[in-house]
Amino acid sequence: MKKVLSILVFSAVAFVAHAQSGVDLESADHDAFDQLSVIRGAEYFGEYCLGCHSLKQMRYSRISKDLHVNEARMREMLLFGDNKIHDVIQTSMDPEVATGIFGAAPPDLSLVVRSRGADWVYTYLKSFYQDSKRPYGVNNVLLPNAAMPNVLWELQGPQAPIIEEHGGKSEVAGVRLEHPGSLTPRQFNVVANDIVNFLTYVSEPSLLQRVPLGKYVIFYLLFLTWIFHRLKKEYWKDID
Amino acid sequence: MMSGVDNDKRRFLTQAAGAVGAVGTGFLAVPFLSSMKPSAKAEALGAPVEVDIAKLEPGQRIVVLWRGKPVWVLKRTPETLQTIPELDGEVLDPRSDQSDQPLSSKNEARSIRPEIFVAVGVCTHLGCSPVFRPEIAPADLGADWKGGFFCPCHGSKFDLAGRVYKGVPAPVNLEIPPYYFASENRIVVGLEGEKA
Amino acid sequence: MNRRGDAFREWLDERLPIGQFLEDQLLKYYAPKNFNFLYFFGSLALLVLVNQIATGIILAMHYKPDAKLAFDSVEYIMRDVDWGWLIRYMHSTGASLFFVVIYMHMFRGLFYGSFKKPRELLWLFGMVIFVLLMGEAFMGYLLPWGQMSYWGAQVIISLFGAIPVIGEDLATWIRGDYVIADATLNRFFSLHVIAIPLAIIGLVVLHLAALRTVGSNNPDGIEIKKNRDLVGIPKDGIPFHPYYTVKDLYVAGLFMAIFAWIVFYSPEMGGLFLEHPNFDPADPMKTPEHIQPVWYFTPFYSILRAIPSKLGGVVAMGASIVVLFLLPWLDRCPVKSVRYRSPLFKIALTAFVISFLGLGVLGTKPVTELYTMMARGFSVVYFAFFLLMPIFSSVEITQPVPERLTESVVPLSQRKGFQWRLIEEGIRALEHVPVRYYLNNLLARLRGKN
Repeated sequence: MKKVLSILVFSAVAFVAHAQSGVDLESADHDAFDQLSVIRGAEYFGEYCLGCHSLKQMRYSRISKDLHVNEARMREMLLFGDNKIHDVIQTSMDPEVATGIFGAAPPDLSLVVRSRGADWVYTYLKSFYQDSKRPYGVNNVLLPNAAMPNVLWELQGPQAPIIEEHGGKSEVAGVRLEHPGSLTPRQFNVVANDIVNFLTYVSEPSLLQRVPLGKYVIFYLLFLTWIFHRLKKEYWKDID
Repeated sequence: MMSGVDNDKRRFLTQAAGAVGAVGTGFLAVPFLSSMKPSAKAEALGAPVEVDIAKLEPGQRIVVLWRGKPVWVLKRTPETLQTIPELDGEVLDPRSDQSDQPLSSKNEARSIRPEIFVAVGVCTHLGCSPVFRPEIAPADLGADWKGGFFCPCHGSKFDLAGRVYKGVPAPVNLEIPPYYFASENRIVVGLEGEKA
Repeated sequence: MNRRGDAFREWLDERLPIGQFLEDQLLKYYAPKNFNFLYFFGSLALLVLVNQIATGIILAMHYKPDAKLAFDSVEYIMRDVDWGWLIRYMHSTGASLFFVVIYMHMFRGLFYGSFKKPRELLWLFGMVIFVLLMGEAFMGYLLPWGQMSYWGAQVIISLFGAIPVIGEDLATWIRGDYVIADATLNRFFSLHVIAIPLAIIGLVVLHLAALRTVGSNNPDGIEIKKNRDLVGIPKDGIPFHPYYTVKDLYVAGLFMAIFAWIVFYSPEMGGLFLEHPNFDPADPMKTPEHIQPVWYFTPFYSILRAIPSKLGGVVAMGASIVVLFLLPWLDRCPVKSVRYRSPLFKIALTAFVISFLGLGVLGTKPVTELYTMMARGFSVVYFAFFLLMPIFSSVEITQPVPERLTESVVPLSQRKGFQWRLIEEGIRALEHVPVRYYLNNLLARLRGKN
C-alpha cells in the first residue's frame, strides 16, 4: 500500500515539475559557481546591458565580496558614475525616457533567472533575428515583438528566421545564423553563458552559501538521527 | 518481559543525544540571532561620510550625519585651544582615560589636528544632542564658562575638547569617532585610515 | 543540589500542578504499542508548527506589509539580512511540508478509522485546524506580493462573489477594496501573523486534549482500554514517555534531514514550493499565462474548475471539504481499521486516493478538454467515496477483529490478498537477477579481502 502510494506520488511530482513546453529552449551550460565565468558575465553586463537594465536588488559591495573583486575592478566593470560601493545597481536610463523610446521600460533583471529560468535567458539572448518591420530591425523567437534591440549582434552576427507553414499560417519556428560576427558561434555561446551565469548569481547570491553548507547540516542531522535511533532501539528492547 | 535493563547504556545514550542535540541547537540559534544584527542595508547607510572643510571659518561648527548620529566638526581658534589645559582641574577625566576615542585623538586637544575638532554630538548621559555654546561667560552658564557644549536635557557640560565637567550627570567625555584626513581639506568620518 | 531541586518542585506544585500534569500526560498516558509509520505525522506537524512560528517571527521583523515595499522587503531578507535567506527558505519549505504531513496525518485517519466513535470530536477539531491552515497558507502566500500572489488571491477572493445576493459585497469586504490592493495585503498580514496562528494553537490544544481523553487509535483499530491488567493499565499500552518520546525524536531527526536537504539543495522544488512567476513583482495590469494555486490547494482547485458554472464550482469545492467533516457519520462500518475491512472498502479507498492525487496533478496543468474530462471523472469518484459510503459501509463483510494488538507492520508472508503474492513473486525473481548476483559476488570478494 505504502509502496504503491510512494510510486504514485513520485511520478506525480515528476510529471508536475516538468517545464511547460512552448518553444524549445536550449540548455545553457550554466554554473553559477564558475567564478571566472560569473565575473566575465558581470563585465559583459556592464558593457551591454547596464545602459538600460538595472539590478536594483543587488549591491555592488555584495558582488565585490562574493566574487573577490576589489573596488577598483568594480569601478571598471560595473560601478560607474557617482555610485558608491554599498549602493544597489541602478541603470542611468530614466524609465519614462525609456518608455518613450522603446514603448516599455526595460525591466529590472535582478530576478529574471528565477522567474524565467536560465535556459530561457540563454535562448533569448541567442534568438534575435532580422525583421525589417520592427523599429530596431530585430525580432525575437522567444519573445515575439520584443522592444529590445539585439545588443550582442556584433559579437553574434545577424540571424535569419526559419519560417514554417502550419495550416495556412506561417510561423517563425527557429533562427539560422547568416554569418558569424566578431565571435565564432561557439565563442558567442560562451559569452551568452557567462551572462546567464552572472544573472543566475544575481538572482540568488545566497546560492553560493547554501549549497556548500548543506552537506554539513545534513551529515550532522543524520548523525543525530543515528544516535536517536540507537536510543530508541535500546528503550524498545523492553517491548516484545 | 524485561530481563535486565542496561541503565548505564541508557544514560550514556541519553546524554550523548542530549549533548549532540544541544550542539545542534546552538548552531541553529545562530541564524535566528544573527538575523537581528544590522543588515547590509544598515551597514550601507552607516558607511563613512566625507566632510569638506575648505570653507570652515574659525569658530564655526558644522554637523554631519554618520550612522544616524550627529557628528560635529569644529574649527577651534588658537585662543580656545589655550583654554583647554586651563580647565584640567574642572573636568572629570582630563587625560581621556575612561572615554571612547581612537588612538590618534588621545591627546590634550582630543583630535588629530589641534584646530579641527571632530566629535560625536551625543551626550554620554542619556543621548540628547548638546547645544554649542562658544560664547565666554554668558548669563546662564556663569562667569567661568570659557566656551563648550551644554546639554539641555539634564544640564551636563562639556569643554571645547568634549571633556565632561565634574559634578554633572554625564559620566564620560564625548565620543570621538574614527576619522582621518583624506586630503588637506577633506575628512572621512567612519574610518581610521586609508583602507583599500 | 537534589534537595534544592525537590524543594523547588514542591514549591511549584503547591501553586501550579505542572509536575502532576507532565506525569499524567507523559508517564501515565498509555499509547498502543504498535504505532507505525503513519502515526508519526501528528508530532511532526507540531514540529513544523514550531518552525513556522519561529521563522515567522524573524521574517516579520524585516518584512514590510505595504504593497509598494513588500516585494523588495522579501528580497532584502534574502540578500541583506544576515542568514535571512535561510530563515525564508525554512519558512517556505515548512509551509509545503506542513501540508505533506497533514495530508498523511489525515490519510492515517481514513486508513485506520481514527475518526470513528469515540473520536468524532477529535476528527472535527482536526478538520477545523485543516481549514484554518488552508486560510493561513493562502494569506501567507499573498505577502510576497509577486505575480502569483496577487493573481491567485484575485481569482480565489472573487469566487466569493459567486455567492448569490451577498457575494460581491462579501468579496469587497474581505478585500477592503474593489480589487486585491494594499488594504488586502495589510489585513492578510495581520490575520496571517497573529489571528490565525492564535486560533490554530488554541485548536491544537483542544485537539490534543480530545485525544488524551479517549486515547489513541492504532493500526488494528481496537480499543486498548478494553483489556486492562490488575492495576488498570491497558495490557497493550506502553507509557508515552520514554517509548514514544524516543521514537518521535528519531523520526523528527529523519524528517529534519529531509527538510534540510530541501532547504539547502532545492528550496524551489522545481517551482512547486516557490513558484517561478512569483519572482516577478505583482502587476495589476498584466495577468500571467497560467494562474494556479500552490500545489497543496490543487486537488480542491481541480474540483472547482471541473464544474462549468461559477457558483457550482464554488459549491462543489466547499462541499469537498464539508464532506470530510461528515465522515464519522457517513461511515457506518463498526470495524475501524482497513486491515479487517472488506475488499470493497479497500478498492473504494484506493480509488479515492488515486482521484485525490489525480485531481492534485491536474490542478497544476492548464485547462484542456481531456484534462477537464479527467478532472470531472476524478471529482465524481471523490464525492462517490463519501456519498456512497453510508450504503457500502453498512453492508460490508468484515473480518473478525482480534482482541489484542498485532504487530505494527504485518510481515509480507502473512498479508492476505493476491497483490501481495505478486509482490512476493517479484522479490523472489529479483534474487536471481544477475545484478543481484554480481552484488553478492562483490560483497563476498570484499569480505574475502578482510
